[in-house]
Amino acid sequence: MEFNLNAVSFIKEKNAVPLDTERTYDVVIIGGGPAGLTAAVYCMRKGVDTAIIVRHVGGQVAETSAVENYMGYRYINGVELVDKFREQVQQFSIGYVEGVGVASVEDGAVKTVLLDDGRAVRGRALVLASGKSWRKLGVPGEQRLTGRGVAYCTICDAPLFAGKTVVVVGGGNSGVEAAIDLAAIAKEVIVVQNLDRLTADRVLTDRLAGFGNVRLVYKSRVREIAGENAVTSVVLDDDTGASTEIAADGIFIEIGLEPNSGFARGIVDMNENGEIIVDCACRTSRAGIFAAGDVTTVPYKQIIIAGGEGAKAALSACDYLKKNE
Amino acid sequence: MALFDDKVRQQLKDILGTMKEDVRLLYFTQENECPVCRDTGLFVEEMGSLAGMLKVAVHDFVADRTVAAQYGIDKIPAIALLDAGGNDPGIRFFGLPGGYEINSFISAIMELSGKREPLPDDIAKRVKAVAKDVHIQVFVSLTCPLCPSAVATAHRLAMENRRIRADMIDANAFMPLAIRHHVTGVPKIIFNEKTELVGAHPMTVFLDTIEKL
Repeated sequence: MEFNLNAVSFIKEKNAVPLDTERTYDVVIIGGGPAGLTAAVYCMRKGVDTAIIVRHVGGQVAETSAVENYMGYRYINGVELVDKFREQVQQFSIGYVEGVGVASVEDGAVKTVLLDDGRAVRGRALVLASGKSWRKLGVPGEQRLTGRGVAYCTICDAPLFAGKTVVVVGGGNSGVEAAIDLAAIAKEVIVVQNLDRLTADRVLTDRLAGFGNVRLVYKSRVREIAGENAVTSVVLDDDTGASTEIAADGIFIEIGLEPNSGFARGIVDMNENGEIIVDCACRTSRAGIFAAGDVTTVPYKQIIIAGGEGAKAALSACDYLKKNE
Repeated sequence: MALFDDKVRQQLKDILGTMKEDVRLLYFTQENECPVCRDTGLFVEEMGSLAGMLKVAVHDFVADRTVAAQYGIDKIPAIALLDAGGNDPGIRFFGLPGGYEINSFISAIMELSGKREPLPDDIAKRVKAVAKDVHIQVFVSLTCPLCPSAVATAHRLAMENRRIRADMIDANAFMPLAIRHHVTGVPKIIFNEKTELVGAHPMTVFLDTIEKL
């Protein structure tokens, strides 16, 4: 039995205070992953009045079982690393809110961040560090049946498909990893890939080949996910235009990530993938709005890179405040 | 064999050492234990040994069926948490709160012991205003990082209003029940067997759902 205890959140001294919607902060940070949390530490150490809006603390790191490339730790589990990040942030009397998303932002000399719960937070500068989340297929039935057989989080939901027939969409690393996890417990796993081969690393495809209950379907795309109250079948189109319907109890969508940038659309410039365009100082197309981490165009989505970008965005924001006093 | 390794044991000891008031833990099992009951029994026993302020009582689901009925325990293993005065705020755990779920379990104990941050005024008002019986069932899997926050939110609501009861249910330990409720994604939050939410949601969304019941 494992216990993924978040020890720090219960015990360490916490000076963080609830968000204050009455005041105008110097910097408002959106996002509680490595970029946002690092930005928070840098801002507080610079002595600027800061608030941070966190939807899921740790972001993708909180869903990572093992981290082996963050300097200083040869091995650390994701929850533990997030715990340490959060502790480092909460030692400061920073305005802090967790579990709330951002609906939109408004630009101006003072910028306004509208939260999902209707509250508005004001800041002279913003750091957008809202990260990425699972990319959706965008096909009929997907949204309606999410949590009813349509799944994105393999470690969360795979155990619920023991003895079932499951489709996995995606032949990259995350798709093949999901297929391996599922093959161990499911009756049958059908991997649907749009190309004519898997693109996952060799170690993973080799391991997948060791299972007798896995079927690979190449050059095909999901057209529709069907079912009344739960997924019952998946309709596939292949390259020739022919379609087939596969009976399935579930479908795991593992086709990568997309930036959480919708709330800033029309405010800052983005590339065709919805990533916020930043320069080498984390400046966006709007003065006073900075961005960092996976939500930006900076290549290589890594914890250590997101952290570094967060630091840079914070320092740029502090610089901006000084020049616009 | 001990359930907790030395590191986790020490961390739990440190955390539970900061409890403000006693918390009573009622554990329901039965003589012929299921495998998960055995582990849950160990879990409860070790927890109790780590903190003087955590008072553990074990009840037999069959022999003590009046006690079980009093606390609405209809399946085992089950844990109910009561405050120092023995009042029942309506906090239940069905299955072993291991894996990530250890966090919602510790959070419930600490909050019930008096260590809880005040809710924002407008939210506190809405919780107080709930004037009907609400039963929240949160289905989880122990490998789900987002689940503990859904459980903790439901339990906090229960703590703030006696009309609200909130259960954590490990879907894998209660498969037939999970199947009956079409649980294929966690956290799945069911309100009065009527409406449901899938995924982690802020307390305001819980309240929106409750107010529409």
